[in-house]
Amino acid sequence: MKFARDTWLIFQRQLHLLLRNPIWVFVGVFQPVMYLLLFAPLLKPALNAPTQAAAYKIFVPGLLVLLAIFGGLFQGFGLIAELRAGVIERSRVTPVSRLALLLGRSLRDVVSLIVQAVIITLLALLFDLRVALVDLLLAYLMLALIALMTSAVSYGIALKVKSEDALAPLMNTVAQPVLLLSGILLPLTFAPGWLQGVAEWNPFSWAVDGTRALFAGDLGDDRVWQGLGIIAVLAAAGVVWAARQFARSVR
Amino acid sequence: MIETSGLRKSFRSREGRRTKTVDAVRGVDLKVAEGEIFGFLGPNGAGKTTTLRMLATLIEPDGGEATVAGVDLRKDPAEVRRRIGYVAQGGSTWDESTAREELVLHARMYGINKADAHRRAARALDAFQLTEYADRRCKTYSGGQRRRVEIALGIIHEPRIVFLDEPTTGLDPQSRAHMWDEIRRLRADGVTVFITTHYLEEADALCDRIAITDHGEVVAEGTPTELKREISGDVVLVGLDAAATPQAAQLLDGEPYVNKLETVDEGGLRLYVDEGATAIPQILRRLDTADLGLRSIELHRPSLDDVFLTKTGRSLRES
Ligand SMILES: Nc1ncnc2c1ncn2[C@@H]1O[C@H](COP(=O)(O)OP(=O)(O)OP(=O)(O)O)[C@@H](O)[C@H]1O
Ligand SMILES: [Mg+2]
Repeated sequence: MKFARDTWLIFQRQLHLLLRNPIWVFVGVFQPVMYLLLFAPLLKPALNAPTQAAAYKIFVPGLLVLLAIFGGLFQGFGLIAELRAGVIERSRVTPVSRLALLLGRSLRDVVSLIVQAVIITLLALLFDLRVALVDLLLAYLMLALIALMTSAVSYGIALKVKSEDALAPLMNTVAQPVLLLSGILLPLTFAPGWLQGVAEWNPFSWAVDGTRALFAGDLGDDRVWQGLGIIAVLAAAGVVWAARQFARSVR
Repeated sequence: MIETSGLRKSFRSREGRRTKTVDAVRGVDLKVAEGEIFGFLGPNGAGKTTTLRMLATLIEPDGGEATVAGVDLRKDPAEVRRRIGYVAQGGSTWDESTAREELVLHARMYGINKADAHRRAARALDAFQLTEYADRRCKTYSGGQRRRVEIALGIIHEPRIVFLDEPTTGLDPQSRAHMWDEIRRLRADGVTVFITTHYLEEADALCDRIAITDHGEVVAEGTPTELKREISGDVVLVGLDAAATPQAAQLLDGEPYVNKLETVDEGGLRLYVDEGATAIPQILRRLDTADLGLRSIELHRPSLDDVFLTKTGRSLRES
């Protein structure tokens, strides 16, 4: 009860501050829209897709997963600014739940990601993308779990390194192989065998496959529940680990 | 209200390739009574902030024991948090939010309901003369305004004990005086106030008792008056013409309240007494028996700096 209340309190505050600075909403939507408008048209011939809509079915889920991963991973920067301002220390002297300090923030990130995802989906509808509502909602659940995990991990690492200078290269180093080995931009079906073998070990690769299966309307595909399961477990682990960083002494 | 014994903390920091250990706090024993303003006075790097952060549950002590507001610091830090307020040295407000939002949020983090939090925020804004700026973003505040918001945050939940880390640093004399009044008002409400400062005047004027620290250790503890008296008592300077000086010396020499008497070269006497306030009337009465043409009488009290000097061999003003 107290935990839920605390989480809601932190979530509200973070959302309020985000909305106060609407430039972030704009930036968050602008980039993916550019991908959609400028990059996606290349895909039909590249993927050898029969129609533009078929190309979008492959590309849009990848783009959304990409957004979820990156949107989450870079949230740590905001936290470092808060650390520096003393806001985190001020929160830590109160009895507020440490898990709520993390979860309130991460849920804000999840919500802002879902808003972005909805905008992109709506735009893609204009390009004849069609997805069943159940499939779409399950895909959003996948995205939410991914964002929850990556933002929690980012917060945890931010609390550990405490400086933007260390966080930026660290996040880029993590993000790059994750991105390349997940078949986010192009499906790994084109990849040589060894690359596919390596990608098997990348949880995001499972997440992307699952999301694509949902967009393709294959609700029964094993990859769907496997992807959801893997990401849910990792998200839970990430949240627990990061909340522990909030509980530990900062500095 | 606060009792510590042997509180210790060292930090490891990297210096180039080597790691160096800094003993920030090395065995601090303190006793702070309920309802007093306790001052922690010491130069930069003395370990004041580190001690406070340990007592406020922000960092774990390496050794030693402490009870804060009747709760064992190690056994139940969560309960300690519920009972204390803490205002950090380095600020704690967010640029993009307003004073009112910060106050309401902070109150709510202590479990206070929304309506009550708003009421408390309004009252605090009023008490700290912040109402005018209450709904402006914190980044637009002056340093002093911001400091006042931070202090208000620390006491919004009406804690039994509040830790204030250098509450008046960066305030102009008027705001400082106002802050002192606020702190005294807290004491009047029965709150125990633990403040750190490196202002001698502040420790002297505001605090009921002080502990002087240096290099992570407490070197002296007591009321400001006690500490200063321990040093030398007061000095009374009697201004006289050179001609009248020997006679005055004769009159006062051997009086029970005069510990030591020196004549000043240009005329006049320097009298070492236990307490100037009671000695001066007696000195005046005594000198009145002869018509000596008294020009001035001055009381010099030893300052806390003199205390620091005798204990550490350095002056606090220099370090
Ligand atoms: N996280 C840390 N890592 C390494 N050293 C630290 C750390 N925190 C404090 N110190 C060191 O511990 C010592 C005591 O620091 P502390 O901040 O407690 O001093 P202070 O009395 O509050 O000083 P000031 O009046 O400047 O605020 C200093 O030498 C400081 O450099
Ligand atoms: Mg300090």
